[in-house]
Amino acid sequence: MSAYETVIGLEVHVELATKTKIFCGCSTQFGGEPNTHTCPVCTGMPGSLPVLNKQVLKYAVAVGLATNCDITRYCKFDRKNYFYPDNPQNYQISQLYLPICRNGHVDIETEDGTKSIGIHEIHMEEDAGKLIHDEYDDCSYVDFNRSGVPLIEIVSEPDLRSADEVIAYLEKLKMTIQYLGASDCKLQEGSMRADVNLSVRPVGQKEFGTRTEMKNLNSFKAIRRAIEGERERQIDMIESGQKVVQETRRWDDNAGDSYAMRSKEDAQDYRYFPDPDLVPISLSDEFIADIKAAEPEFREAKKTRYTSEFSLPEYDTDIITGSKRMADVFEETVKFGADPKKVSNYLMGETMRILKEKELDPQDITFSSASLAKLIKLQESKAINGTVAKEVFEVMFFEDIDPEEYVKEKGLMTVNDEGALRAVVEEVIKNNTQSVSDYKNGKEKAIGFLVGQTMKAMKGKADPASVNAMLKELL
Amino acid sequence: MANIISDETIEYVGILAKLELNEAQKERAKKDMADMLDYIDKLGELDTDGIEPMSHVFDVKNVWREDVVTNTDDRENIIKNAPGEKNGMFEVPKTFD
Repeated sequence: MSAYETVIGLEVHVELATKTKIFCGCSTQFGGEPNTHTCPVCTGMPGSLPVLNKQVLKYAVAVGLATNCDITRYCKFDRKNYFYPDNPQNYQISQLYLPICRNGHVDIETEDGTKSIGIHEIHMEEDAGKLIHDEYDDCSYVDFNRSGVPLIEIVSEPDLRSADEVIAYLEKLKMTIQYLGASDCKLQEGSMRADVNLSVRPVGQKEFGTRTEMKNLNSFKAIRRAIEGERERQIDMIESGQKVVQETRRWDDNAGDSYAMRSKEDAQDYRYFPDPDLVPISLSDEFIADIKAAEPEFREAKKTRYTSEFSLPEYDTDIITGSKRMADVFEETVKFGADPKKVSNYLMGETMRILKEKELDPQDITFSSASLAKLIKLQESKAINGTVAKEVFEVMFFEDIDPEEYVKEKGLMTVNDEGALRAVVEEVIKNNTQSVSDYKNGKEKAIGFLVGQTMKAMKGKADPASVNAMLKELL
Repeated sequence: MANIISDETIEYVGILAKLELNEAQKERAKKDMADMLDYIDKLGELDTDGIEPMSHVFDVKNVWREDVVTNTDDRENIIKNAPGEKNGMFEVPKTFD
């Protein structure tokens, strides 16, 4: 078998974090009862008129600037015509002729160093409604709450060559867009969706092979598996003398396989034309300069600053800046006077553990930075020990409590009464003669057992270091 | 009549528009479309070099609104437009992609 090169281009849809839809004043809030966020505009009623949400334009320009695109000063919307029940107008309002951003690029880190991935264009468009199928009825049902939710579609050049590169590119986009606050970019929840265009060609061949487009990829894992699966499928076809057919395929992650959705025979003819209901957009230098000026500190800059300002190891900065929300919590907590490395430890340790356990995203963090700062101070002043601190943190993660009050209320303060501690330690020594003699015979580890017994007798409210010291003193 | 619409074209346009036309309707549609294209062809008689394509008749631009929720739940009225309804949703023929 000869060697093949994989050529991949991505179409990434990102749901923008606006309060209202792109062309009407309906809420974009998730999880409402079906059709409670709808109006004549987003259900495509005749005579209704769309009006552009200015925030959509601002977010699209912000993403374009952050990905080094040229901003199209004079742009407009076009209608993409197709029939489908989730699309009530029978056309989707999108941009074909003059997309808002063009000719950009983002840099990704690969094994062979930094690589620039071209962005062909970014355009604004509206999302469709949601179709629900009833197993028993011969009908489908439509909920238009998502209809008209603003999207941007980021179309890359076919510059990607492997699943690793694709994931690095998506991570980069996700971080950039999250930091801009333009979207939360959650693949699982569909606020970021990637379609993969993939072809293979013998190494050294200049022309591209025939490509397929793969849809329904809702995790980085699924994307990786789909890319590897599709690459194998195409190579097998070529090796066995068949031809790859240009088609749209749907990835089934459970089956680990894809199947054809639409082939070229019924290729869509979208008959794009300028939407006469929406007037053109003409952007001034000022409009663009204002957005540029409001640009946040991005991930790379934050990482560098955390290293120089707080002397955090790269491992820490990598995890903390891995989500905008976590970076915000870190900075706020430090501002409240907490030690940066201790804050970092809480975020990397306990926070990540709970997030993983509850299958939450760092963007879902709700605990207050002030509380975390208080908790760290309680621990620093030895008012509570590490075990208690972890317990309090777990409560604090889910409930809005004040750690100081909580500790007082529940009586979790460390007992700093030396006399009381001495009495308990003496009792423990008396009751554990075996461990005591082990320790005295040079078994250093035996002291751990005695510390444990003392902590137990103190109901966990002692400072382990003090217990250790007291034991050593009395033995 | 300079433009001639072929049977294949009218068939294809019918598919795109989800219209089923009988023979008489097809013939009429072919003539109508040809007439429309002839009319548009008049533009070809003019010198349009250097003229930007126009998408709007009025010289209006930058019509937009602030990102503020102005619509409240009006499902009861919206759903009245549905051909059929169940559990607050529009009922449509069974459709898979």
